[in-house]
Amino acid sequence: MTTHYTATAKGLHWLMAILLFGLLALGFYMSDLPLSPQKLKLYSWHKWAGVTAFLLVALRLLWRAAQRPPALPDSMSKILQRASQAGHLALYLLMIAIPVSGWLMSSAKGFQTVWFGVLPIPDLIGRNRELGDLLALVHQALALLLAALVAGHVAAALKHHFFDQIDILTRMSPLHRPEN
Amino acid sequence: MNRFAPALALALTSALPLAAHAVEYNQIHADRSAIDFSYQQMGVTMDGKFRKFATQLNFDPAKPAAARAAFDVDLASIDTGSGEADQEAAGKLWFNTKAFPVARFASSSVKALGGNRFEVAGKLTIKGRTQDVVAPVTFTTQGNQGAFDGAFSFKRADFAIGEGPWAAFDTVANEIRIKFHVIAATGK
Repeated sequence: MTTHYTATAKGLHWLMAILLFGLLALGFYMSDLPLSPQKLKLYSWHKWAGVTAFLLVALRLLWRAAQRPPALPDSMSKILQRASQAGHLALYLLMIAIPVSGWLMSSAKGFQTVWFGVLPIPDLIGRNRELGDLLALVHQALALLLAALVAGHVAAALKHHFFDQIDILTRMSPLHRPEN
Repeated sequence: MNRFAPALALALTSALPLAAHAVEYNQIHADRSAIDFSYQQMGVTMDGKFRKFATQLNFDPAKPAAARAAFDVDLASIDTGSGEADQEAAGKLWFNTKAFPVARFASSSVKALGGNRFEVAGKLTIKGRTQDVVAPVTFTTQGNQGAFDGAFSFKRADFAIGEGPWAAFDTVANEIRIKFHVIAATGK
């Protein structure tokens, strides 16, 4: 049984990592800007990238359902394995909930999302200023939670690799190929 | 000479204005009338409305050439859907409502196009600049009330709406579409 993720899973993981870092950084940066053409552009780009990330999550979940990820090493305690599974579940839930909250917010605020300026994404709910402001808060809070979870995810992977000597970081490394 | 002729003439001249007055739509129902706008932003159609405007109307469908229409739109009453954008629109680069609080349309001619369709031409004044605009209008009646529905477009650059960093059209397009819906009753 392989101990490594498939090349597809690795590719999706790292593509998502790049997208999420970009989306989080852009999201927190742009929301504090005064209104300007630049801000409107950044918002559009953030929304296009967000839709792309949402589609990637769907793809990842489909791949994960077809190709089970490698089991966690036995050297990890049962509690640690549970915590790891819960953490990954939370990451996936946020990767779904954040784009959906952004989509709902765009609909409520009356700023329809048109993917790359070409493909209109249907509005989920009618225009409602108060609901739009509330959804903006939800979107931001969930994004903060994701940023914290990602930090924990990275810290845990590094700790296992360098302190616990558990060979887990390399399972997702794009440089390591699984031995046959 | 017929001695009844002067009496008949007097009766006709006094009766005619009365008859014309009876079908003139001039009582505006402001709460049921609307002025909406739409434009393209980053390729996405955005829309909004003006909450406050005053309308003057004198319209007799039998005498369209004599019809008059004017709108005075309170530009600070703009509703773009977001408070931040409302403030920006009222600001110096867009409408500059401190110096130019009102946008005005005043008709100069009304033509019948046949059926219930009319064409209204007039002057649109925003931010101290005036342009000619033409709007096709559909007129429908229900009881003693008439509904006027029309639309026209203008270029925001012609009125310096959106200056400085907003002057380019890559985020907010040049063309602005205006849609109006006016409900008016016949005068008493």
